[in-house]
Amino acid sequence: MAKGVKPRVKVPKSAAAGETITIKTLISHKMESGQRKDSDGNPIPRSIINRFTADFNGQNVIDVTLEPAISTNPYFQFDSIVPESGEFTFTWYDDDGSVYTETKSISVS
Amino acid sequence: MRKVIMTTACLALFTAPAWAGPDEDNLVINDETEMITEVAAPAHLENVDTIYSGWRFRTDETQALQLDDFDNPAMIFVDQAMDLFNTVDGSEGKSCASCHESVEEFKGLSASMPKVVDGKLVVMEDILNTHRADVMGAEPWKWSGPEMQSMVALIGLQSRGMPVNVKIDGDAAPFWEQGKEMYYTRYGQLELSCANCHEDSYGKMIRADHLSQGQINGFPTYRLKQARLISRHNRFRGCIRDTRAETFAEGSDEFRALELYVASRGNGLSVETPAVRQ
Repeated sequence: MAKGVKPRVKVPKSAAAGETITIKTLISHKMESGQRKDSDGNPIPRSIINRFTADFNGQNVIDVTLEPAISTNPYFQFDSIVPESGEFTFTWYDDDGSVYTETKSISVS
Repeated sequence: MRKVIMTTACLALFTAPAWAGPDEDNLVINDETEMITEVAAPAHLENVDTIYSGWRFRTDETQALQLDDFDNPAMIFVDQAMDLFNTVDGSEGKSCASCHESVEEFKGLSASMPKVVDGKLVVMEDILNTHRADVMGAEPWKWSGPEMQSMVALIGLQSRGMPVNVKIDGDAAPFWEQGKEMYYTRYGQLELSCANCHEDSYGKMIRADHLSQGQINGFPTYRLKQARLISRHNRFRGCIRDTRAETFAEGSDEFRALELYVASRGNGLSVETPAVRQ
């Protein structure tokens, strides 16, 4: 299992109905590409986050496939329309099978 | 004839921005912490009237990374240091948290570092390694290693927004004089002193790089080109190396003295740790 993986998310606490909000996400991950070799010349196995999704009240907002060329600590910033109060669920899928999730609620007035 | 005039005009156009000093931007972190990035120079500075944070010399894109802690890549390392703070290490079975209730008790410490303790000039790295050895029975951290600089950044963060205020008189005076001597000494094949670039020429371009005053109020700093936290001594070493000189070692007494002197040149600026630079 990759070490030191920690998801971080920034979502506004409140918004107006139908407003477009900006969401920032970042997960600390070494994103080992599988192309590198260690000091003895052996290939270092690939270990990356391969998929990232964000859902709002069960509805998918964004679904991203990540490839090995994406660098350490992948950062995503995107916009979403929030029609009602609810909860964002963010999910990162690791090559080693680990799944990291983070939730943030937002109140819409 | 017209061609000649045109050429001259073009030349003037390209050579015009010889002086492009600090910009006019204000640094407010997380929309709440207002930072002092420009202030009257401390009394001991003879050749500079106003001191500026290095932040003012960076591009808008780089500046933006420091405005919000979420965007600041250094915060990942600060988070890691928070974990280290609670991690037991060494033969005594202790972590930092065993003795120190919270990192917040170090508020203000970094703003007054380096300082003289029992006749020796100590910097933050010294304090950390001394505590690790004497209290925790742990191996010392490497000076510019990730653990060391993350922890220095975490402790520095507690003082963020407070003005730098290092003591230069009393028992600190001989070390300060030594640092000042070094600052004005020309090193290397290029025969450059710190002052040649950071005092005489700040604001000018040195090739593609915009020269700042070389303030260290934001260290350890996340440098985009190295993608990690950079210690003060690492930056000193880099600068002296660029003059094509044999440099001093990180953690040498020479660099401790230089750190005290350079820190004192920023007396009055806000501590920005951890800053983001090019």
